[in-house]
Parts: sequence; structure tokens; C-alpha cells
Amino acid sequence: MRKINLIILCFLASLLPFMASAQIDGEVIKPRSGKFLLTNATIVTVTNGTMENASLLIENGKIQGIGTDLSAEGAEEIDCTGHYIYPGMFDSGTKLGMVEINSVQETVDHTELGSVTPNMQALTTINPNAVAIPVTRVSGVTTTLAVPGGGIFSGTAALINLNGYTPDQMYAGFKGIVMNYPSSARRSTWDRRSDEDIKKDAEKAIKNINEVWQRAKTYNEIQSAEGELEYYPEMEQLAKAVTGELPLLIEVNAANDILEALKWLEDKENVKVILTGVAEGWRVADKIAEAGYPVITGPMLSIPTRGSDRYDIAYTNPSKLLEAGVKVAIRTNDTENVRNLPFNAGFAAAYGMGKEEALKAVTIVPAEIFGVSDNLGSLEDGKSATLFVADGDPFETKTQIKHVFIDGYRVPMSNRHIQLYQEFLERDPGLEKHSK
Amino acid sequence: MKKIIYAIAALMCWNAVEAQTDKGSVLIKNATVLTVTNGTLEDTDILVENGVIRSIGQGLSAGSNVTTVDAAGKYVMPGIIDAHSHIGLDVVNEATSPITSEVWMGDVVDPYDIGIYRALAGGTTISHAMHGSANAIGGQNVTLKHRYGTHDPENLFMKEAPRTIKFALGENPTRVHGRGNNIQPRTRMGVEAVIRNGFNEALQYKKRWEDYEQASKQRNSKAIAPKYDSRLQTLVDILDGDIIIHCHSYRADEIYMLIQVCKEFDITNIVFSHVNEGFKVAPELAEYTMGASVFADWWAYKFEVYYSTAFNAAILNENGVLTSINSDSGELIRHLYHEAAKTQRYGGLSDDEALALITINPAKQLGIGDMVGSIEEGKQADLVIFDNHPLSVYAIPQMTFVDGVKYFDISEDKDDQRLRVNPTELVEPIFLKEHDHKCMHDLDFLYTETENLFNLHNH
Repeated sequence: MRKINLIILCFLASLLPFMASAQIDGEVIKPRSGKFLLTNATIVTVTNGTMENASLLIENGKIQGIGTDLSAEGAEEIDCTGHYIYPGMFDSGTKLGMVEINSVQETVDHTELGSVTPNMQALTTINPNAVAIPVTRVSGVTTTLAVPGGGIFSGTAALINLNGYTPDQMYAGFKGIVMNYPSSARRSTWDRRSDEDIKKDAEKAIKNINEVWQRAKTYNEIQSAEGELEYYPEMEQLAKAVTGELPLLIEVNAANDILEALKWLEDKENVKVILTGVAEGWRVADKIAEAGYPVITGPMLSIPTRGSDRYDIAYTNPSKLLEAGVKVAIRTNDTENVRNLPFNAGFAAAYGMGKEEALKAVTIVPAEIFGVSDNLGSLEDGKSATLFVADGDPFETKTQIKHVFIDGYRVPMSNRHIQLYQEFLERDPGLEKHSK
Repeated sequence: MKKIIYAIAALMCWNAVEAQTDKGSVLIKNATVLTVTNGTLEDTDILVENGVIRSIGQGLSAGSNVTTVDAAGKYVMPGIIDAHSHIGLDVVNEATSPITSEVWMGDVVDPYDIGIYRALAGGTTISHAMHGSANAIGGQNVTLKHRYGTHDPENLFMKEAPRTIKFALGENPTRVHGRGNNIQPRTRMGVEAVIRNGFNEALQYKKRWEDYEQASKQRNSKAIAPKYDSRLQTLVDILDGDIIIHCHSYRADEIYMLIQVCKEFDITNIVFSHVNEGFKVAPELAEYTMGASVFADWWAYKFEVYYSTAFNAAILNENGVLTSINSDSGELIRHLYHEAAKTQRYGGLSDDEALALITINPAKQLGIGDMVGSIEEGKQADLVIFDNHPLSVYAIPQMTFVDGVKYFDISEDKDDQRLRVNPTELVEPIFLKEHDHKCMHDLDFLYTETENLFNLHNH
């Protein structure tokens, strides 16, 4: 009897692939948790080398074992012969989930009014059902830093995993206050201010920043002395950057501004600094290395900031920073095309960084920068099962991503782009009113 | 006296020769040659003489005055062709009327644009320098060969290329004219009406001229010529099949609309550009048009591209639509080989199919498919040498040739490739974000209400 049951089960299991492609009205594939054993894979742990023909066990959301002699008892086995397992990739700076359609203002929720709004919480504005989220995660990008924009102190960025029904379920354990360091560069080619005006604006902004910063310091001093404070949510939040309770993510790009920012930071002892953007970092890489601050840079796929720059300078910037001794993570700074993160890393790799370092720049390095490397960023026992399976090098353009797990959840390898492909590849009827 | 005349005549001839653009000769040895139209040839030589591919084969030799490039272990592909670009242009939009077919981008070509060199460094040798998308019927475009280094805009023109014109549907013309200036079109119905009215007026105009020409053949004719109108004459040229339409479009409904209008006016020379929802009307695009020129993966930056798929190129290709991948960007034009490779991730195209998207297919859409777009004997010698297969993310262009002349060499070129420095510029400006070279360039005033500078695509 048992045997017959088994045979029926095997038969049903063999039908699964067909059932998955058949049309079932109202069918929805949901992310699901469970016990999974990924077998016969090449496992790229990032921190402990690469293991051939090995297995990885996922249970209770965690990696419960990596090795060659793991038991599959009660686990759903996924054969990964010829495939590779990597830790989920981090995009260390995006607007993913904070906006649905960029030109439709009603859907743009990343930039609040005002220039000092550190209390604006990125996590609040994350839409777990943004259409771009499943579009992104099937590329193996599992974790993104959601960064609010605008003003001087824009708000508080949050690290999220790209699965979950609520922002709290997505939250991946890091928050940081965003500061846009006043720029002496033009915002874009249609910023028509004169050189003098730009300089004046920057000076004014620095004066303003110093006043605001002093206010936050005073707020903190009164708070520490248990003095009486009026409700002042902006300072309440900014004080956390002053004391180092929350890191300060400083967006700064032009070489001169980077130097100015480093000078500004000299007497800010307790501040935990992360530099972001850093497009012209290569010009002052030694100074950044000397200061010892980590850098989140990108996108690589952007044009040089100056007409006189070598054509490939944006591609080589991360490798030049790394060479100088800077800790470098990579971002796309994108919204709907965060899926291009691996290609940005690929360009960085080709233009001097090398594959191994580029892989670190989207896995363990950002995990360390964000202080979550005990849980994310590499494949190790006890870490979160946030990983993906690919049929090749994940940076290589033609590589197919086969499976993605986020916090132990196996997420569907589908999204609107794939559904439209399935729906429209072969139209019926084609050209005529009725198919023949 | 005669001698002097000969001398002058000789001098004039010499001048005439000088006015021609440079043509080079080169022998590329031992390369993996990606011909695109005839497969991949291993360990093969390409002999270029005077700007033309003379022969492809093994063990080729050339005169001692011809440079030889050893390309062992390297890949050679045809120069990349971008069917939708705005680099090398001073201005992009003449946004003063829903129809501006009288203007021509050849009048605003800027040979000093560093973007041309950056494109060459990414293997792109030809770009279709287009009018913007503000108007339902925009200006005429110009096809450029990236002969960077010239100070004369005309040296960049690919003079053999046929005339083309920009059309635009959807949000851009309705925003600029309908909502911006309170004139038709404000809707996609209005866009159809503007185009239809334009064609019908052109037919009337054509008839006036035909009537006049008929009448003036009569003896003692007192017929007076109609007033010449370059706007309507251009539309007549479209109806006569002398100009290829390249139409900015996104949604399936508007694409279908213009296909219907073109069928009605017997227009077959039409390429749809961007075409994010082209996948929904692939059979119609395959049957009635010169195809689609698409983005590899751009979407969601505006409402009309919300229902997009990165599989668009694959669906179109699979349905027999002549498909190309374009940049519409001074950034993307530097790595169209990578954009083409995305069709292998999203839809599994073969190497030849993917490479065709940025070579022979855009060449056909620009009407220059018999001259460029593949490595074939007799074709113009626009070639790129890569260190890796160009569809690999790790590929780095090494040399780029236009007409057999080397315009980019990774090992020799200096870092600063500007042809001139603005004399009034004391400090070189730093731009943190590139907003140039796009369809809606020159229309930034329409976005002043938008404080959001982040990632603003307006293509």
C-alpha cells in the first residue's frame, strides 16, 4: 500500500512542471518557507571559498548546513547540478519600493518637503507590493537600501529584503540618516546657475548645516542631562547621528566636496560615517582611505562627470578606490532597474576590480558596512537563507537565475515582465480576426 | 594661359578630393570575426582598402604601407549602429508646433560633442541623430558616422543614408502642446488627427503643384506657381516613399493607430521607436512596418511605460519583427553591446540574433543595410575589436574603425579627448547627472514644477 502511495506520489510529482504551466484560473504562486536541500551545487560562500558538488540546507529561514554529507530527511530537494549558489546581492542605494512611476507625482514618496527632515522614515514609505520588487529579486538582488531624497538631511534610510507583506517583515536590520553634502558641482546639465552662485549656495548650505548640527548637539546635551525638551522630532532623530547611535550616510560626489566633507567631519568624533555616491572619489582616493570611511558608489553605468575625464572613469572608479585601500560597496541608485546591479558589478570587475572583489562589493562588504554581516552577505551556517541559484556567473549578462530564497522563503521566479512575455509571445489570434 | 587653367582645374579637383571624408586601409589578422550575417569565422583576417572591406579570409596580406593589427584571441564585429540617438546635437526639439517637418537636424550638428568619442569608445560607429519627441510630426533626422576629430559638421554626415523623419505619439506631444500650449493634440485622438490632417493637407499641396505643372505646359500659360511650403513638401516626400518615418511611441493602441493611418496613406517606410508595448502588436508590426527599435529594459519612468517587459525584443524578434536596440542616451550608446546581450537573459536570443539587434537590423531600419551593419566584402569598413566576446559583460572595446580609419584605440588614446575647450570657461563644470541627449531635451521648463531630480527619464 505504502509502495502504491509512493508511486502515485511520484507520478503526481512528475506532473508538477506541466501543472505549473497549465492555466488555472485565479492561481497565484506565493513565496513559501520550509525545509529545502539544494544539492550538487557549486557553492560560492564569498567568505569561505568555493565548494564543488556540495549541498546547502535551509530550515527555519536559516542556512542549517553546507557540505557534502547533508541529510535530506523531510526536506524538499532541489537539484542544482551544474548550478551555482551565491549569497543574495545587496544594492546599497536605491529608491525601489518608494515610487511606482517616476513621472506620476502621486506615486513618488521618497522626497518630503523641507531641508531638515531626518525623521522621515524610508521604511514607512516602502510599498511591499511595488511591481518593481518581484522584477528586481528574480535577478538575485535580494536586499536593498531604501534611501530618501531631497534637502540636506533627507530622512532615515532603511535596509530591506525584497520579500514580505509589511515593511517590518522586510526590514533587514540597518538604518542610517541621510545627509546630502552641499555640492559645488552642477546637479545636472540643465543646472544653469553661475559658478559664483553655485559657490555661494554651497557656502550658505554649509553654514546652515553647521547651525542645524549644533542644534542637534545641544538637543542631545540637554537630553543627556535629562533636561526638559520641547517636542522636536527632527532634532530627536538627528541627535542619533551626532552620538553615533545611527550612522550618517553622506551623499557627496565632486572631488572638492569630498575633501570639504572630510574636513567637516574632522571634529565629529562620534559620528559613524558612510560616504555615498563618491563619483569623483578616484581623484581623492588616498584622502578617503586615510579618513577610513567606507564608500557606497555607483552606478558604474554612468558617464564621466567632466568632459575632460577619460571615457571609462565611471567604470574604473570603484577599482581605484579599492586600490587606495577604501572599503567599497556598489549601488545602482536606481528604482525600477535595480536588476542591473549585477551588470554594474560586472563592469566594475572588467575595469580593474576583478570578479572576486566585485562580488564582495555586492555581498559581504555592504553587509559589513551596514553591520548585518552576522546574518547576511555570505553563505555560512546559521546565517539567513538569503541566496540565489544561477546557471553561471551572476554578473554575466546571459546567465539565468534559477531560484531565489529570501530569509528562507522560496520566492516565485515570476513577475509582471515574465507574465507579459508568457501572455504575448504567441498571440492567438495573430494577425487575423480569428486564428485559422 | 591654358596652363593656368589646368593648374586651377587641378587645384579644384584636389580640393574636391580633400572635401571627401577620410578613408583608411588596414589589415586585421587572426581574429574571431563575428560577421553577423554569415556566422562566426575563427582565426580570420579582414583586409580593408580605402575604407571598404576588400576581402575576408585566411593568410591575407597587404602592402607594406598598410597597418597590420594582430587580433589573435580577439573578436571583431561590425561597427555598432544606434537607430535612436541625440548625441552630437546642439538642440533637439523645435517645440513650436505639432508639425515641424521643415526642420532638419543636419543644421544643428555639433562635431565637438565629447559624446561622439565616448560612443566610439563603446564601439558605436553610426548614430541616427534625431529630432525630439515634442511634436506629433517632428523634424528630419540625420544619420551620422562618428568621424570624430573633424571641425566640419558635414564630415559627420553619412551622405549615402536616405532621409528620415521623427514622429511622436502619446504623452510627450500631448503634454507639450495640449497641456503646455492648450492646442491640439491633448489626447491620443488628437495625435491621430494632427498626423492625418498633415497628410491630407500634403496631398492637397501636391495636387496644387501637379495642377500648376500641368497648366504651365499649356502654350502661353499664365499659371502661377503655388507658394512653396517646405513643411508640406516634406510630408509629400514621406507619402512618395522618399523618407523613412521613425516614430517615438510606447503604447500598443497608439502604435496600432499609426499602422492603420500608414496603411490608409500607403506608407510602408515606418520604424517604431521605443515601442515598449510593441510586444502586444507584434504580428501587426511584422506585417506592415520596417520594425521596432526598442530599449533593452527601460520601463516605469512614466505611465505609458508601466506595462512593459524586458522580454519585448525577444517577443518581437520571435514574431518576425525587424528589431533593433537603441540608446536614446549619451550613456547607453557607450555599451549597446551590453544592452543587446540582455536579450539573452530576457528571452534567450542566440549570439547572432542579439548582435543583429545593434548592427544589421538598425542598418536596415535606417536604409543603409546594403552599406554597413555586417562584415561582408564590399561593405564600408566600420569595425570594432573587443578583447572578449562583445555579448559578455566583461568585454572591453579595444579599437574602433570608421571607413577603415581608426578613431579609438584603448592603448594609445589620451585621457582628455575634447577637440576644444570653451574659452570662457575658467573652471571646468562638473555634472553629477547626465540629462542631455534625450528625446525631451530643451523642454526642461516643463518640469520646473518637479523638484524631484532623482532618476528623471523623460524619453
